[in-house]
Amino acid sequence: MIVAERKPLEDIREMIAGYKKILIVGCGTCVTICWAGGEKEVAVLSSQLRLASKKDGNELEILEATIERQCEKELVEALKDKVQQVEAVLSMGCGAGVQPIAEIFPDMPVYPALNTTFVGMPEGEGVWVETCRACGDCFLDKTGGICPIVRCAKGLLNGPCGGTNNGKCEIDSEKDCAWTLIYRRLEQQGRLDAMRKYYPPRNFQAVIRPGKVETLPA
Amino acid sequence: MKAKGAFLPDIVAFCCAQSAYQAADTAGSMRITYPENIRVIRVPCAGRVDVLHILRAFEKGADGVLVLGCHEEACRHLSGNIRAKNRVQRVNTLLQEVGIDGKRVEMFTLAPNQGSRFARIANEVNERIKELGPSPVKSGA
Ligand code: SF4
Ligand code: SF4
Repeated sequence: MIVAERKPLEDIREMIAGYKKILIVGCGTCVTICWAGGEKEVAVLSSQLRLASKKDGNELEILEATIERQCEKELVEALKDKVQQVEAVLSMGCGAGVQPIAEIFPDMPVYPALNTTFVGMPEGEGVWVETCRACGDCFLDKTGGICPIVRCAKGLLNGPCGGTNNGKCEIDSEKDCAWTLIYRRLEQQGRLDAMRKYYPPRNFQAVIRPGKVETLPA
Repeated sequence: MKAKGAFLPDIVAFCCAQSAYQAADTAGSMRITYPENIRVIRVPCAGRVDVLHILRAFEKGADGVLVLGCHEEACRHLSGNIRAKNRVQRVNTLLQEVGIDGKRVEMFTLAPNQGSRFARIANEVNERIKELGPSPVKSGA
């Protein structure tokens, strides 16, 4: 999933300063799960913005809408009625959600309310960690399903380095050494031979940016 | 705007039906008075009080909000009071971000028979909010 965090209120207020009627759009998928931009977060942000503008004596009317996925144009099109009533849109989707809205309603200023941080998974309640950098040439078959590109501070392909410290990383003693995790996982599966191989430097341009994937319909 | 001395704050008190609401009742039957400007809202559990309920109270012009629930370990619904405490903490931060003093929202715990504690909390909070003055949202200041 995509993990994001809400921008500070001050930054958001600066973006929408001067508008009298805006639409805040939430996304019902990734950012709902990471508590950054779902229906609830839309309601909280709009309440905060109303309070702040009342406090400053400014007029601000807010419409709210949360769609299943902002990154799908068909779903974004359903916002048309509401978008037509406002002067600007504030998206609480990830960056891949903001852009389809901006593309489908090119006359409308669309602003991001979130900072999109990484692709990851929940570690515990309210905690998410980065697990994949979308490198385009997945290496997980060799590492027992643990990504060293992201989870090893040095992105080593032939770890661990000399700094591995009782399962922790020398760069940050709070963080697990990815290569210790990989070793233990492969050991558990009787696949330690994978550790004994040398992996040559990889092509980090497997995905030419901006990435594009074309597939025939199934 | 009225002078500070004449300011009668609007305070909303979300009261858990298992404890605080009964404590308010106990205060009444013991003839202990508490400020009439505290508006008691009965909720099935402090854990029912959502961040949005509190924010909306401020949007509607409350000067202060109280969330009153059961003592720790005594919640009828096990962890409603803990949830409420976390939410009050969250609202505190959200209000600060808006530029409203986070101290305008507070949580206390009490038992159903603690009528005098209820009155004491109500009086103390009333004084504190008077000290802070009207909500900046209300006055548009
Ligand atoms: S816009 Fe798409 S990728 Fe982004 S948070 Fe929503 S569902 Fe996930
Ligand atoms: S190897 Fe590449 S694709 Fe696979 S998990 Fe790591 S970053 Fe993602």
